[in-house]
Amino acid sequence: MARFLIERGFGMILTLFLVSIMVFFIMELPPGDYAERYAFRKYSGTGVTMTEADVQAIRAQLGLDAPAPVRYLDWIGGIVTRGDFGPAYAFDTSVNNIIGDKVWLTLGLLFATLIITYAVSIPVGIYAAVRRGSAADYGLTVFSYLGLALPNFLLALVLLYFANRWFGASVGGLFSADYAEAPWSAGKFWDLVKHLWLPALVLAWSALAYQIQTVRATMSDEIGKLSVTAARARGVPEARLLIKYPARLAINPVVSTIGFDVNRIFSELPIVAAVLGLTELGDLLLKSYLDLDMNVAGAILLMLTVVIVVMNFVSDLLLAWLDPRIRLGG
Amino acid sequence: MTAVTDAAAPAETAAETAAERRERVKRERYYSASQWTLIWWRFRRHRAAIVAGAILALMIVLGLFAEFFAPYGTSERNRAYLSGPPQAPMFCDDNGCSWRPFVHGTRTERDPVTLRSRAVPDPETRNYVALFVPGEPARLLGAIPIQTRLFGLQNGERLHLWGTDAQGRDVFSRTLYATRTSLTIGVAGVLISFVLALAIGGVAGYAGGWIDSAIQRVTEVVRVIPVIPLYMGLAAAMPKEWSSTQVYFAMTLILGLFGWPTLARRIRSQLLSIRDEDYVLAARLAGARPARIITAHMLPSFTSFIIVDLVISFPYMILAETALSFIGLGLRPPAVSWGVMLQQAQSIAAIEQAPWLFIPAGFVVLAVLAFTVLGDGLRDAADPYSEAR
Repeated sequence: MARFLIERGFGMILTLFLVSIMVFFIMELPPGDYAERYAFRKYSGTGVTMTEADVQAIRAQLGLDAPAPVRYLDWIGGIVTRGDFGPAYAFDTSVNNIIGDKVWLTLGLLFATLIITYAVSIPVGIYAAVRRGSAADYGLTVFSYLGLALPNFLLALVLLYFANRWFGASVGGLFSADYAEAPWSAGKFWDLVKHLWLPALVLAWSALAYQIQTVRATMSDEIGKLSVTAARARGVPEARLLIKYPARLAINPVVSTIGFDVNRIFSELPIVAAVLGLTELGDLLLKSYLDLDMNVAGAILLMLTVVIVVMNFVSDLLLAWLDPRIRLGG
Repeated sequence: MTAVTDAAAPAETAAETAAERRERVKRERYYSASQWTLIWWRFRRHRAAIVAGAILALMIVLGLFAEFFAPYGTSERNRAYLSGPPQAPMFCDDNGCSWRPFVHGTRTERDPVTLRSRAVPDPETRNYVALFVPGEPARLLGAIPIQTRLFGLQNGERLHLWGTDAQGRDVFSRTLYATRTSLTIGVAGVLISFVLALAIGGVAGYAGGWIDSAIQRVTEVVRVIPVIPLYMGLAAAMPKEWSSTQVYFAMTLILGLFGWPTLARRIRSQLLSIRDEDYVLAARLAGARPARIITAHMLPSFTSFIIVDLVISFPYMILAETALSFIGLGLRPPAVSWGVMLQQAQSIAAIEQAPWLFIPAGFVVLAVLAFTVLGDGLRDAADPYSEAR
C-alpha cells in the first residue's frame, strides 16, 4: 500500500509540473505582453503618450524582459513558496486579492454537484438494472441521451426561465442582493445553500446521465453472475443481496471516474456561470480571458487542474480501498 | 446460429426442398460475406441508427446547398420585419380558402405598452408561396452561380418561416448556413484530431517502453486540463483583428489539436494488444517500415472501432464550438454558426420576447443526438460478437 501511495503521489507531482508548463504556455500565447496591456490600460485616454521606451521601462521594472524559462521559474516559484499568483493588471491589484474566497465558493459548488450526481445516479442506475426493460428503464435511457445532447447552458437558460416564473426574481447568482457583499454568517451560508441547487443541478446534468448508464451497465453484468445466484439460493434477502454483491462492484467504475466528472464539471463551469450569473472562478475565468488578464486566467486554470489531479488521486485511493484486487495487484 | 458447420454445406442431395435450398444459400452468403458486408447487415437492423443517419444526411444536404434552400443570405435584412415571429404558410383564413399556400402581409404598428414599433400580420393581404423564385445572385458550393431559390414569396415580398432576429435577418436561412459552418467545423476538427491520434497513439503503441510512458504522461496532461477552459484560453489568444475566416480556421485547429487524447489512447491500447502477433513479426522480418506495419497490417484489424470512435467524438466538437461561440470566444459575426446565432438568445428576455431565436438550439440537440445514436448503432454493428446477422 505504501508503495502504491508513493508511486501515485510521485506521478501526481510530475503531472502537475507538466500542467504548470502548459498553463504558462497558454498565458504567453496572446499577442503583446503584460507590460503593453498594463500601459494601455493605465494611460489610454489620459493624454499621456507612451513610447516604446516607456513600455520597455515598465517591462524591465516588472521583470518581464527576462527569457521565458526564467519568468516561468519566477511565476511557479512564487506560487509554490509564497502562494503568490502575481499581479492582475486589469484590476490593478494582485491575483490573490481578486480570487479571494471564490475558491471556496467554487469548491462548494463542485461538491454540491458531485453529491447530487452520485446520490442520484447510483441508486437510480441500480434500480434501472434491476428493472431492466421496464418503462422506467427506457425513460432513463432517453434521459441519458438527452443528458449529452442538451447543452447545459441551454438547460440553464430554460431552468432559469421557469425558476423565475415560479420562485420570483432572485434565482440567478449565488447570493441574494442582501448577502452578496455581507461578511460570512449563518444567514449568508443558508442563502448560499438556497441558491446553490440550481447551478449544481445544471452542472450535474450530463455527468448524471453518463453515470446512470455506467452503473446500469455494470450492475446488469454483475447481476447475472453465479455469486448472485448462489446467494439467492442460500436465501439471502433480495435487497441485502443486491447491496452485498453486485452493487459493491457496480460503483467501481463510478469511483474510478470521479476525476473525469470533476473535469467535466469544471469544463462546463464558465459557460453555466455566465448564463446563471455565478460569481465564482468560472465566471472570473471567462472575464479574465475576455480582458486578456492572463495572470488571473492562468492562476484559475492551474487551480482547477490541481483540483482535478487531486481528485484523480483521491479516486485512485478510494478504488484501492474499495477493491482489494487493485490494492494487491499494484 | 444453429450447429451447422461449413462441412455440412456441400451436402447437396436430391432430396433438398426449395425451402432448405433458400436457407442454405442464405447461410453460404453469410459465411462468405466480407467484414464490411457483415457490419452493414447488422447496422441495417438498427432502426434508430438508420433514422439518425438519414437526419444527418438531410442536415448535410441542407447545409451544403444552403444557397439554394435558404431563401435569403446571412446578412440580408428585412427592415420592415424586425424581431418578427415565424410565419406559417396556410391554406385558409377568415376570407376563405385557396389552393395555394399563402402568408399574410405585415404592417408596422406601435406597441401600446413599450411604444416600440413592431410588425403585425395584416389579414387583409395575402402573399402566395411559390417554388423556384428568383433571389439575390449567389454561388452554389462556391462555384456554380445561381439565382433561383427553392421557395419564397412572389412580387418581392419576404417569407420568414422561423421569424427574424432583432436586425430583421431571416432565422431559417441563417440556420441553414449555420448548419454548414457547425458541421464543417466538426468534420475538420475530428479529422485533425484523428490524424494526431493516429500519429501519437501509433508511435506509443508500436514503440512501447519509455517512449510509450513519456507519451502517456503528455496525454495525461492534456486530458487533465478542463477542455472548455483550455479551448477558451487558446481562443482568447486569437488576435482581435483577425477576419472571421481566419478565426474559423483557427477554431478548427484548436478543436482538433486538443481532441486527440481519447482516440490516441484507444489506438495505443489496440496496437499494444496485437503488437506481438505473428503476422506483425512476419512483416517486420520482411523488412517493412514501422509506418507501413502500423497502417497496412495493424490498423485494418480495428478500423471499424476507429470509425465508431470518430462518429462518437463529433458531438463533443459540435458542443464545444457552440459553447465557445455562445460566450463570444469562438466564431465571430459575420460568420454564422449555431453558437453565434444563440448569442442573441442569452437572456430570459429573449425567451419571453423572441423564443424562435432558440430554433438553432434544436438543431444542436438534434445533431448531437443523431451522431450519438448513429455511433451506438455503428458500434453494435462493428462488434463481431453481437448476435444479429
